[in-house]
Amino acid sequence: MHYHTPASFDEAAALAASATGITRFLAGGTDVLVQLRADIVTPDTLIDIKHIAGVHDIIQMPNGGWQIGIAVTGAEMTEHPALAAAWPGVVEAMDLVGSTQIQGRATLTGNLCNGSPAADSVPAMVAADASVSVCGPKGAHKVAVLDIPTAPGRTSLAKGEMVTAINLPAREPGGGDAYLRFIPRTEMDIAVVGCGVNLRVDGGKITHARVSLGAVAPTVLLVGEAADAIIGSTLDDAALDRLAAAASAACNPIDDKRGTIEFRIHVAGVLARRTAKIAYDRAIAAGE
Amino acid sequence: MSLDDVKTSGFKYVGTSPDRPDGVDKVTGRAKFGADAYAAGMLHGAIVRSPHAHARIISIDTTKAAAAEGVKAIVTRADFHTDLSGENWNIMENVMAGDTALYDGHAVAAIAATSVLAARDAAKLVEVTYEILPHVTDVDEAMAQGAPIIRAGAADNSVPDGLHPNVVRYHESGHGDVDAGFAEADLVIEDHFRTEATHQGYIEPHACLGTLGGDGKGEMWCTTQGHWNVQKICSALLGMETSQLRVTASEIGGGFGGKTTVFIEPVALALSRIANRPVKIVMSRSEVFRASGPTSSTSMDVKIGMKKDGTITAAKGVFRLQGGAFPSAPMEFTAMCAFAPYNLSNVKQIGYDVMANRPKQAAYRAPGSPMAAFAVESVIDELCKELGLDPIDTRLKNASHEGTKASYGPTFQRIGLVETLEAAKAHPHYSAPLKPGQGRGISCGFWFNFGGETSVSLALSMDGSAQIVVGTPDIGGSRASMALMAAEELGIPYENIRCTIADTASLGYNEVSHGSRVTYASGLATIKAARDAVKKLCGRAAAKWGIDPEAVDWVDGCAVPSGPNAGDFDPMPIAEICKRMGSTGGPIVGHFEASPEGAGVSFATHIVDAEVDPETGKTSIVRYTVVQDAGKAIHPAYVEGQYQGGAAQGIGWALNEEYIYGKDGRLQNDVFLDYRIPVASDLPMIDTVIVEVPNPGHPYGVRGVGETSIVPPMAAIANAVSQAAGVRMTELPMSPPRVLKAMDDAKGG
Amino acid sequence: MSKIHVTTSVNGDAVEFLCDPRETLLDVLRDRLHLTGAKEGCGTGDCGACSVTLDGRLVCSCLVLGAEAEGHEIGTIEGIANGEELHPLQQKFIEHAALQCGICTPGILVATKALLEKNPDPTETEVRYWLAGNLCRCTGYDKIIRAVMDTAADLRSDMKEAT
Repeated sequence: MHYHTPASFDEAAALAASATGITRFLAGGTDVLVQLRADIVTPDTLIDIKHIAGVHDIIQMPNGGWQIGIAVTGAEMTEHPALAAAWPGVVEAMDLVGSTQIQGRATLTGNLCNGSPAADSVPAMVAADASVSVCGPKGAHKVAVLDIPTAPGRTSLAKGEMVTAINLPAREPGGGDAYLRFIPRTEMDIAVVGCGVNLRVDGGKITHARVSLGAVAPTVLLVGEAADAIIGSTLDDAALDRLAAAASAACNPIDDKRGTIEFRIHVAGVLARRTAKIAYDRAIAAGE
Repeated sequence: MSLDDVKTSGFKYVGTSPDRPDGVDKVTGRAKFGADAYAAGMLHGAIVRSPHAHARIISIDTTKAAAAEGVKAIVTRADFHTDLSGENWNIMENVMAGDTALYDGHAVAAIAATSVLAARDAAKLVEVTYEILPHVTDVDEAMAQGAPIIRAGAADNSVPDGLHPNVVRYHESGHGDVDAGFAEADLVIEDHFRTEATHQGYIEPHACLGTLGGDGKGEMWCTTQGHWNVQKICSALLGMETSQLRVTASEIGGGFGGKTTVFIEPVALALSRIANRPVKIVMSRSEVFRASGPTSSTSMDVKIGMKKDGTITAAKGVFRLQGGAFPSAPMEFTAMCAFAPYNLSNVKQIGYDVMANRPKQAAYRAPGSPMAAFAVESVIDELCKELGLDPIDTRLKNASHEGTKASYGPTFQRIGLVETLEAAKAHPHYSAPLKPGQGRGISCGFWFNFGGETSVSLALSMDGSAQIVVGTPDIGGSRASMALMAAEELGIPYENIRCTIADTASLGYNEVSHGSRVTYASGLATIKAARDAVKKLCGRAAAKWGIDPEAVDWVDGCAVPSGPNAGDFDPMPIAEICKRMGSTGGPIVGHFEASPEGAGVSFATHIVDAEVDPETGKTSIVRYTVVQDAGKAIHPAYVEGQYQGGAAQGIGWALNEEYIYGKDGRLQNDVFLDYRIPVASDLPMIDTVIVEVPNPGHPYGVRGVGETSIVPPMAAIANAVSQAAGVRMTELPMSPPRVLKAMDDAKGG
Repeated sequence: MSKIHVTTSVNGDAVEFLCDPRETLLDVLRDRLHLTGAKEGCGTGDCGACSVTLDGRLVCSCLVLGAEAEGHEIGTIEGIANGEELHPLQQKFIEHAALQCGICTPGILVATKALLEKNPDPTETEVRYWLAGNLCRCTGYDKIIRAVMDTAADLRSDMKEAT
């Protein structure tokens, strides 16, 4: 295994483009090193991106949107009051990943690029309509977070391409988001089901909504029917019932050591209700 | 020893909770655990393990591995002693597969190389050709006709005819006439229960450093609950004389029964014998889960009859335990413990030891008893519910007491079950109001406790301080307890005593630290060794005074004349006697060697409140109280620690811990991420009540406390969850999908 | 395979070592620097026994490469006491019998010290969640939580007296 510490994105992308065998980017290492220790993946080329300028920064753009560097840790996000106020669901989702120790290292970008269908931050980012900036042989461009995972452990990033930042939109007035997951313990588990909701209200009525689900399909799901179920409502019981039904209907899960198919389908509905309520309350509070 | 000989009051040191002697080492990182040893020229070992649940080993080609950089030795089964039988053969077969890999993770070869990475890399180059055989991992399936046979001829002659060859041992015990008893009952309830295997989950993986030279002399450093046992087994497996192998126990990072045998230790010695260099082996967490001992999984049927007033008329249990690919499941303990809390006229228990393609089970804290309690105490709870009876009053009505003929045969001496039930009933927890969605469960639990071979030496120094040498590895603070008991006898301050765990060359044989025996047996031996030393101290004073040794008493660390007739001498302090030991007869050392047999049995009653999320089936433990009889708590803070630790492990077993095997027979959750032991945020504070009903078999009345605490939790939690969820839970773990499904099925039905 | 030369600081001491690119910081601390206070309980970041600080931030040293230590400051259990003078947390852990076997103790002490530096007045729930990544199999956590809460209270009253 060869270990590199490039000083720029161009250098990093060039290394990745010219490398043979298995290449991995190293940010927080909380997936890469686990896979290395367990002999699941031993990269031939390991590119540590933490020496690239700007990767540790959280920046609010002139338009109010956010740019989160690819080496920003979960702990650094939680400790950023303005980001946490604007996107509490995304920040809380990232904060749910692993322990305090993991939070000191793990990154949003790593959580996304690891390609796990159960990644906590990914449904929250999808609900938030986040995008990633990508550099590589095709030049710099943006890709929706929703379009990055393609299958468990796989992403749409081509050889030589790398994420250079995560972009969150500006938080609009009357907006709120939330993320909840179900795990058997109180901490330290991988999500059995995860649900992100981001919505806007006007006069108590939901005007826009995005509802996402994790760990219930090979990749994160953006569930349009679930959003439609609550748009136009005041999140009354009937809307919540429709939301839960739509969320459950969208699931395409597997039976595994973490949960059964029927359990995941049921809990997706339960979590959709609970998550939507939190997002709705936040949106109402933001609109006041 | 009768109870009259037991000192139960007037203690100066016993019953206090001073700082532990190894405290500073352990809070500063200085304490040396199994993996913390290094030796000059040391090699690192790595083990090649079967990826198959059951497979014939056709060939092992080590050519590529041998040629790899840094590789110094490779061993397979052929490098071990061949003339083995009985349990030594079983352990050998588990340590290194012979012609068949019997479970996922079974060792088939091992490498020693100059670095950890070189050894691991080389292990991947060993080419093993397997012929995959059909496998079975479930206990009921393993007993069923047509199940793959793990090893023909493994059954002993206790097994009745007509059973599958995987049933290798059978147990039956009890007394009275259960059929007549059931006929007398107003209500009979019978239910079927299942529990999945759990792992002891010690945080320190197995680790050792072994040296075996051409001169036939060996040294072994390892994390173990019993280094004499390591010495005995390793020497047998390597075909060497026992005394030529010296074993030193490291600090032990948790064992709970799982470090009472050997796994990597003989392998390190075999590699060292070839390489002629020290070899260190440290298991990965995955290896710990796949290849070191979990508990048995079980399938159980329990039937109990009760009168309307709560009197149990008869009880019967059938306990099928799967213990891996070897005869080893502790089914007789399960059977014998099942009904021990109750004074029954008619009782019968049957046990089956069943082999399956899983790792050889190892002891786990009161091995076998917690599963039985889960089944039995659940049925009693259901009977109380149906008959409208209070669960504690009903248990009190039937509770075993002194003179009860135990369900497993003997007659109980002084025991403390009634006292734990009364203390539980009086505890504010039992009468506290419950919130909606919550349930309260109680359960009793029983464990035998053991004595075993014990050897202790107590040497006095010339300044009057004392050093105790014991042979039982200190798992939970036993060095502090030994020093307290010696302080009590010698009449010198706790701080003036140092307790050390000796290596195998420094004392007589000591049985493993298991069976809750350490504070009982090593404690008893420490007291007797101290009394031996005191006798010698008194003799020195008597000689100085020119009086009969019988006329000298020992009071507060001084020799004193036993009465006015003995003579008029000033008390002679221990330091004064010891200062002159060289010229008054030589070193003063007390010792004691025996296999004490008076380990008092132990009972506990637990109360737990659980809350179940009706939408997800997830259980939270909101309040927990442990009431247990300690006989006499030598160091109460460590007794509380044992109670709390057992309860926490029981909570894990009840709710989330389980071995999950895939259809391919491979273990799917071999990491702490998916083998879900309780984390700090999962648990409430765990309240404790120490009941003290003295054990007549120990000079201070001590009973072992380490194991009984894990017996009641699963039953108590099952009773609480069943109440909260409105449906009887009969299978462990009560994981959210299982509880949710049970609630849905109950609604549908 | 060629080794990487790393210059770093451990408990304030300048340290240099050579390591394989695959070696973790935990491997380096234990096998090359012989600082064996950090333990490997899992190697996958699930148990916290290898907890150290990296530039003051709590991390699992099994999930940091040795090579990544270049230019950073590492803090381990061996650096918590001031010579023979124990840190108040170390003292309280002994007093409260907050350890049984002691294998998780170094990691839990490193983690709780980081907690109290960030939050001097944590609730019981905050302590429990902060320590969720530090597995203890012996104690049921009860006495650990009490020791941490008691230390925090003591440190706060010390601070009050000082001001």
